[in-house]
Amino acid sequence: MNAADHKLSTTQLVLSGLEPLVITPESNFVNVGERTNVTGSRKFARLIQEDKYDEALDVALDQVRGGAQILDVNMDEGMLDGKAAMVKFLNLIASEPEIARIPVMIDSSKWEIIEAGLQCIQGKGVVNSISLKEGEELFKKQARRIKRYGAAIVVMAFDEKGQADTYERRIEICERSYNVLVNDVKFPPQDIIFDPNIFPVATGIEEHNNNALDFFNATKWIKENLPGAKVSGGVSNVSFSFRGNNVVREAMHSSFLFHGIKSGMDMGIVNAGMIEVYDEIPKDLLEHVEDVLLNRREDATDRLLAFAENVKGQGIKKKEDLSWREAEVEERLSHALVKGIIDFIDEDTEEARAKYSSPLKVIEGPLMDGMNVVGDLFGSGKMFLPQVVKSARVMKKSVAYLTPYLEKEKASGSTKGKILLATVKGDVHDIGKNIVGVVMACNNFEIEDLGVMVPAEKILDRAEEINADIIGLSGLITPSLDEMVNVAEEMSKRKMKTPLLIGGATTSRIHTAVKIAPKYDHSVIHVLDASKSVGVSTSLLSDKAAEYSELIKSEYIELAESHKSRTGSKNYIPYSNAKKNKAEIDWSGFEVDVPLKLGITRFEGYDLTEIRKFIDWTPFFSTWMLKGKFPAILENQTVGAEAKKLFDDAQSMLDDIIASKKLKANAVVGLFPANSIGDDVPVWENEAKDNELTRFHFLRQQGKKAEGISNNSLADFVAPVDAGTDYFGGFAVTAGIGIEALIDAYKKEHDDYKEIMVKALADRLAEAFAELMHKKVRTGVWGYASEENLDNEELIKEKYQGIRPAPGYPACPDHTEKRLLFDLLEVEKNTGIELTESFAMYPASSVSGFYFSHPEAKYFGLGKIGKDQVQDYATRKQISVEEVEKWLAPNLNYEI
Amino acid sequence: MNLISDILKYRILVLDGAMGTMIQRHKLEEEDFRNEDLKDHVKPLKGNNDLLSITRPDIIKDIHRQYFEAGADIVETNTFSGTTIAQADYDLEHIVYELNFKSAHIAKEVVQEFNEREPDKPRFVAGAMGPTNRTASISPDVNDPGFRAVSFEDLRIAYKQQAEALLDGGVDILLVETIFDTLNAKAALFAIDEIQEERGIEIPIMVSGTITDASGRTLSGQTTEAFLISISHLDLLSVGLNCALGARQLRPYLKVLSENSDSNVSAHPNAGLPNEFGQYDETPEDMAEQIKEFLDDSLVNIIGGCCGTTPEHIRAIADLAKKYEPRIVDSQLSTVDS
Repeated sequence: MNAADHKLSTTQLVLSGLEPLVITPESNFVNVGERTNVTGSRKFARLIQEDKYDEALDVALDQVRGGAQILDVNMDEGMLDGKAAMVKFLNLIASEPEIARIPVMIDSSKWEIIEAGLQCIQGKGVVNSISLKEGEELFKKQARRIKRYGAAIVVMAFDEKGQADTYERRIEICERSYNVLVNDVKFPPQDIIFDPNIFPVATGIEEHNNNALDFFNATKWIKENLPGAKVSGGVSNVSFSFRGNNVVREAMHSSFLFHGIKSGMDMGIVNAGMIEVYDEIPKDLLEHVEDVLLNRREDATDRLLAFAENVKGQGIKKKEDLSWREAEVEERLSHALVKGIIDFIDEDTEEARAKYSSPLKVIEGPLMDGMNVVGDLFGSGKMFLPQVVKSARVMKKSVAYLTPYLEKEKASGSTKGKILLATVKGDVHDIGKNIVGVVMACNNFEIEDLGVMVPAEKILDRAEEINADIIGLSGLITPSLDEMVNVAEEMSKRKMKTPLLIGGATTSRIHTAVKIAPKYDHSVIHVLDASKSVGVSTSLLSDKAAEYSELIKSEYIELAESHKSRTGSKNYIPYSNAKKNKAEIDWSGFEVDVPLKLGITRFEGYDLTEIRKFIDWTPFFSTWMLKGKFPAILENQTVGAEAKKLFDDAQSMLDDIIASKKLKANAVVGLFPANSIGDDVPVWENEAKDNELTRFHFLRQQGKKAEGISNNSLADFVAPVDAGTDYFGGFAVTAGIGIEALIDAYKKEHDDYKEIMVKALADRLAEAFAELMHKKVRTGVWGYASEENLDNEELIKEKYQGIRPAPGYPACPDHTEKRLLFDLLEVEKNTGIELTESFAMYPASSVSGFYFSHPEAKYFGLGKIGKDQVQDYATRKQISVEEVEKWLAPNLNYEI
Repeated sequence: MNLISDILKYRILVLDGAMGTMIQRHKLEEEDFRNEDLKDHVKPLKGNNDLLSITRPDIIKDIHRQYFEAGADIVETNTFSGTTIAQADYDLEHIVYELNFKSAHIAKEVVQEFNEREPDKPRFVAGAMGPTNRTASISPDVNDPGFRAVSFEDLRIAYKQQAEALLDGGVDILLVETIFDTLNAKAALFAIDEIQEERGIEIPIMVSGTITDASGRTLSGQTTEAFLISISHLDLLSVGLNCALGARQLRPYLKVLSENSDSNVSAHPNAGLPNEFGQYDETPEDMAEQIKEFLDDSLVNIIGGCCGTTPEHIRAIADLAKKYEPRIVDSQLSTVDS
């Protein structure tokens, strides 16, 4: 039977890790991550040799996060036991769901390593590679076995005579391999991937001049003549002659892929960090590169070598290249947007305004085109959030320049839709919401942002007034969840139909499905983060909106139902039993260090230089949607460069804040005699205990625990009355005094980047200040750990004695206790922090909490509690059950 | 093309229900699990249900009979734990061949009885191959995620021995079922494919995975679709899901299989989810009502029951399945066209 007549049941190549990967003829190019390869990455080789598998796993994780769809693993290194290393690494990957999500490519030239690898992967992976090198019999034998293991194969264009180095040899070997596989082995043709050899070009050897072109042509031939077969290759080989000159190499890779994909290349082993955007390659460089790749002129190599010398010089010095200023104004605007360059935006905008018939045409034309490029690059993972925010800043500035002219025309732009955003009543947190606004604006949505603490009425009035297409609500603290339910109810009452998006740190898909969606008949959708918001909104405003809404609705109903069945089956124990199973602490012989200074201590205008040293930077990067631990993130393959820039910007802003005293940090701490009485903790003015200042109320876990695990309450960590007097404290710190002025100024400059930056930094400073204060209390004010000597890393890992849980957070989720703490410490007067009606702190960059000193005190999550405890708690707090249920709604194990 | 896949083209086949639930009804004691050869075996054997095929074949045959009478077309051999790996707990590795051979043989005897009585309704025996009690892609030690308690090679050898014994005993089908870890199943399929080649036969193979909870994934973390892709390299009689969930919970995942698989689709769910006492209390009527939804949507070609199901459940299911056309299989099984 001839290969070409073989009837294909399917042309799809399907692979799997924990999740499927379906490669269809319509699929875009598939990225194979190449850094987990000891022959290609010196760093990875070193990590494996030094047995640092944890860090080696991070390399794999970076690949996945960087967009790799298949992970190439290669352990072929003379100094290694390659088989053992392959098995160990693949077994470790299997335990990391984020990595194991994608299929594995087992890359080895040794059959025993390939087979050992195949025995470790539960999904359908790819073997890279086998060939006719050692004859047809061995080739068939190996292919049969691979088929039996259930994997796809990469077949090298290699036979008994050697590696294919011409167009003719390439197609001859591929055709022969294909026929053997399909006819004799019955290998599924769609599972065959050819690697027709990517060889270096511009080596100075004339025979190599056609290497790239031969590859392209062979690829084309394979795709036309060998049905089902795919083509792959190791791209970085092509630029081998230019090692050390990344500018040229990146341009070569990018151009090679461009032509390869056009010829039908389906996948490739590439370093995503080593590819320039094809459209961004300078025209002259591109021309020189393509002369070489496409073998367009005899002196192509010499010309590229000469040209490369110049580029190399430029590349290393990274001198600002202003050649883009010579282009047409449209290109300049687009360049400024993509690169986030703000310096020339006013003059370019003016030029464009003069050139176009109306300012609106400028926005709809070159500006929107530029932002679409940004949106696409972000959507495909080729730009990162900090870059996008900078692009948006350029856009806003340009629009601001045009606005006075626009108003004369009184026209409105044609956008994808109007989105109204607000942080709900009682909540002041808005970094995430601002990021959503920026990202959506980049995708051509018109954004109106009502800011923070916005009552439902105001949101809905405005939505009706401007005829918003979508309303987006944000919130960070738990009471905001309730307020979102309220907004949904109000929307129903008004008979609105506008889709409602829910986002923010405490929101969740399940809460949205169970609590919010049932209150509103139209679309209610939870949006995990900024990158999701674009897709969801686009779908909601597309002509398939109705179908999409129905789909989400049915998903949520299913989710809500399965939630119902689950909550019913989960085990809880009565509150009375939970109290009997309290955290076991032996209080006999209890001794506590008496605080050196009892009562209230306040700190005004604390030295920010000191606070800065305590910053934990990792959460700062996650605010900007860059994932990874600090400082390793700065070296990260994929996001490292952006992370470094962001970090530098943060440092210089911090320098400025400190030097010009733009923010002020205040704190108050208080330590008092205290005991636990049941789950309450009264605090007294002094040891005589004749004046009870206030009484804090704590909650106890009611989930059924395994033998030997206690049902905790924070009260368990304070000594009971008969054990003798104990001490207990509270604190409130802020680093946000003065931030309004900065925000206003940035707003005026339309500078989202700096606005988000200053908020993110103030948040970090507040957290750092809380860390610093805690240390000060442990070693000084209270002084129970005066010997303590921990560095910042150890502080971040909480290696000290005692805890500082915050009201409203997992161990004590009742935000209303914050009021008692604020009264006790006179926080408003002492620090300037205020509480909203939902007990959010304002400025947002503030932290408050309790101090527990007992060595066994630890953080825990309360989980859900029963009605019996709610009733008891209401009695203790002397408020109604309904009131308790309102504030603790997310923690109830029953429906109200 | 074999008889079973022919029949599957025009009707839904019914698989039997739980073995364990039925055995429990007999309130067996330690001596029921022993015979002359095992009378001095040191380890207690009570609870090793597979052993009953040797020591109390009367009970096992009677259970098969009850399921056939209830309307089942296929019964599973009493060999869920019939590998050296699973039997190691009882120090009974040496008995594995006999156990599988005997189990297949007695099930086949019951088939003969029925085939003589009703020659126009052929009945079949599926050799049950359980997951073993070890996983090839999950470490049992949280502190050592790279560790494996069993290797692919161990599993391949154990499964091969079980499959050969089942085939020697006369089974019509091999059923690799209750798959928690796809790598275990791939080892079983590898072994079965070796036998196909060595014996020059085509074995009808059923594969059935287990979605452990509402996350929609197997214990080893795969989504239903990824699971399907990972076991589709052999020609299969059917691919399906069983255990862990009741019919209602199983439905969304079954739908994924039905949409993506080009072989027959099977399902044998539990009788609902266990109650607080770990028992299954869904009635035959309740279960049939949910299974009706599978049938209304043409999701399955083979349907039966897993934990907690009884002949009464199977009767209700069989009565229902009679009224429906099977799911249409896009590309029929054998694609070999040489």
